[in-house]
Amino acid sequence: MGSPSEYNGSDREGFEKSGSEQNGDAGVGRRDVIRRAAALGLISFPATGFLAACASSGGGGEGKAKAGKKTAQNPLAVNETTQMEFVLFDGGFGKEYAEDAVKIYEKSFPRAKVKFSATQKIQSTLQPRFNQGTPPDLIDNSGAEQMDMGVLVGKDQLADLTPLLDAPSYDDPKRRVRDTLRPGIVEMGQFDGAPVWIMYYAYTVYGVWYSQKALDSLDATYPQTWDEMLAVCAKAKKKGMAGWTYAGKYPYYLPFSLYPMIGKVGGREVLDAIDNLEPNAWRHPAVKACFDAYYELYQKGYVLRGTPGLDHIQSQTAWAEGKALFLPNGSWVENESANVIPQDFDLAVSAPTGIDSSDKMPFGTVWASGGEPFIVPAKATNTAGAMEQLRIMLGEASSKNFTSKVKSLTAYNGGTDGITLTPGLKSGVAALDKAGSNVVNPRLQDWYVQLQKEKIGVSGLGEMMAGRITPAEAIKKIQEFADATAKDTSIKHYKHQ
Amino acid sequence: MQHGKYRFIVGFLAPPLGLYALFVVWPFLQSVYYSFTDWTGLSPEFRMVGLSNYRRMLDDDIFWKSLQHSLMFAVVLPLVTIGLALFFAFMINVGGRRRKGGPVISGVRGSSFYKIVYFFPQVLSIAIVALLFAFAYNPDSGALNSFLRGIGLDGVQPLWLGDPDLALWCVMAVLVWSTVGFFVVLFSAGMASIPADLYEAALLDGANRATTFFRVTLPLLWDTVQSGWVYMGILALGAESFAVVQIMTTGPGGPDYSTTVMVLYVYQKAFRDGQAAYATTIGVALLIVTLAFAAVVLRLGRRERLEY
Repeated sequence: MGSPSEYNGSDREGFEKSGSEQNGDAGVGRRDVIRRAAALGLISFPATGFLAACASSGGGGEGKAKAGKKTAQNPLAVNETTQMEFVLFDGGFGKEYAEDAVKIYEKSFPRAKVKFSATQKIQSTLQPRFNQGTPPDLIDNSGAEQMDMGVLVGKDQLADLTPLLDAPSYDDPKRRVRDTLRPGIVEMGQFDGAPVWIMYYAYTVYGVWYSQKALDSLDATYPQTWDEMLAVCAKAKKKGMAGWTYAGKYPYYLPFSLYPMIGKVGGREVLDAIDNLEPNAWRHPAVKACFDAYYELYQKGYVLRGTPGLDHIQSQTAWAEGKALFLPNGSWVENESANVIPQDFDLAVSAPTGIDSSDKMPFGTVWASGGEPFIVPAKATNTAGAMEQLRIMLGEASSKNFTSKVKSLTAYNGGTDGITLTPGLKSGVAALDKAGSNVVNPRLQDWYVQLQKEKIGVSGLGEMMAGRITPAEAIKKIQEFADATAKDTSIKHYKHQ
Repeated sequence: MQHGKYRFIVGFLAPPLGLYALFVVWPFLQSVYYSFTDWTGLSPEFRMVGLSNYRRMLDDDIFWKSLQHSLMFAVVLPLVTIGLALFFAFMINVGGRRRKGGPVISGVRGSSFYKIVYFFPQVLSIAIVALLFAFAYNPDSGALNSFLRGIGLDGVQPLWLGDPDLALWCVMAVLVWSTVGFFVVLFSAGMASIPADLYEAALLDGANRATTFFRVTLPLLWDTVQSGWVYMGILALGAESFAVVQIMTTGPGGPDYSTTVMVLYVYQKAFRDGQAAYATTIGVALLIVTLAFAAVVLRLGRRERLEY
């Protein structure tokens, strides 16, 4: 998450010379012409040229690998000699977990070669290959350079993963893979209709993160109603601690606790209507109530001073230093801020606080969803091999390996027995247990990235929480953004099934 | 001698022109072509859609905001940077008090030291500079607000990059800081080649520093200033402004679109939203803006050349 910092050097040659060129001689005109031509060329190059560098060049795929023999050990009929190419996003989760899973694949198919690579530059490495029609077989399409899923699906670039979901699971041939997954994982991989395009491997719990120790020191428990929330914040303020902070420069972190709160207050339908870009979805009273509640945090001075100018790391650091009590975030925060969170912090996450007892859903309603989206390109040569690799990763052993190595849950439902969980992870598992079936999964952030981040996040919520617009104005603005997105024919639109 | 002259010239011109055509002109033409398609950048299939990208662009508020900011960058940045750089270069090379036994023309005391110090930012990559300033602008624990608190101004704690009225200026200040040194060195080199007797003559006529600067230094330095102006414009419209906005600002491009610039918008459309064709359309607009900028600067700057 956060800001991608991508920068490709500058073009400094050509003008360095001009300083020493001043002592003129004859032939001024000609030299001027050359210099002007050079200047124009230099200027215009960075402007337009670079895009065409990744221009498409047509061409078809190299053809599919022949199917192998279907057996109980090889339910997906993987060709035992064909190479499988796997490109992993080398991010917060590292690459060790995938390398371990590749080793298992190589053991199952000793005659097949696996070409494994890990990179942070998913899009710049793979976009040209999609354009040429020669993508790798399995991709972890994640990170700052994630390729737009909506476009990939809309342009028929991905393979349907239904064969994988219907295959027997790695550990128990009697259960299908789809029966071993956590709630919401399969639905998240669908866009419109039955095909499942994406297999989310990690499982993220979103909510309000805090230090249990700090909360204890205030003689408080986690507040369930908004009045209690304000009371806790008032107590904290007396001790010189702000109630809240958030990634002010990336205000699209606020929805991690705000959206499930809207769901809790108004019911799932409100969130679905928002995702479906229905007219007046944002004008629902539950949305207004939640916006007002958050705005009250700002008005009463419960938000850490300067928060709108902090990025995610800076806000997490301030929060870990005890300057603020609550932080809306996802379960990656434990790993991301590991070096600033004190030993005795006792990290915990809670489902968001609601308004009061008239809320539609019970306290504990939490946002949890898949992370690390794995895709198999439609034009890949060895789609069966890619799915087999995923089947291995979704087995209990690989899942446990992932959880113990990178402190995150996986899509595999279970896999936490017998390993020691860190405080944040333990609290996340407890939050999921408490939620039961009350797990919501707002989709704006994967369906309409620009709307979610730049428009709703930065221009709507960010401005409201900085006190520059009121909740009513924010709702009006966001509804207009949503309407514009609904009307935009250049964007593919999706609906909840 | 005439024999083979053209073959000789062609032999020298062909490789660079060929490279230029292949790597500059051809991508341009391709970009223009793609702006008439619905290419996503993520699949090889696309079809022609005529002018619809252009129509969409004209209705796009964010495009107009980014254009406005880019134009502001192109006007304000060169003005401030080159103004400052000229002043510094003049003080370093010419503006010093005359010392007994020294040369007629000299810089202020310690000028050789300043020259090196000014150049320091140039050594740092712009990405690092942007990151450092992002820390300095941190409203909670950054250098600027800590300094304000330190001198007792607890009530004055701006949000800097978090404030839509300040953010664009904060970004510009970083670009000025990081580029001014280069122009100080550039102009110093130019000033060093101005013959000292011109200054002596001016001094004998009783010219003060300001007069010397405007009547002697600036006219003789005009070519360098003009090149510097175009170069600074490129930075302001192109890569450098992208880097600082992308790394430092809210969103990036915010808060509330207050810092979005055309290059950033091209990047976001092409690589975040999977709308490469629309991105090339904005790229074509950026091309036009840059060409217009260069044309205006070269046109306005045309002066009679002084020989010395």
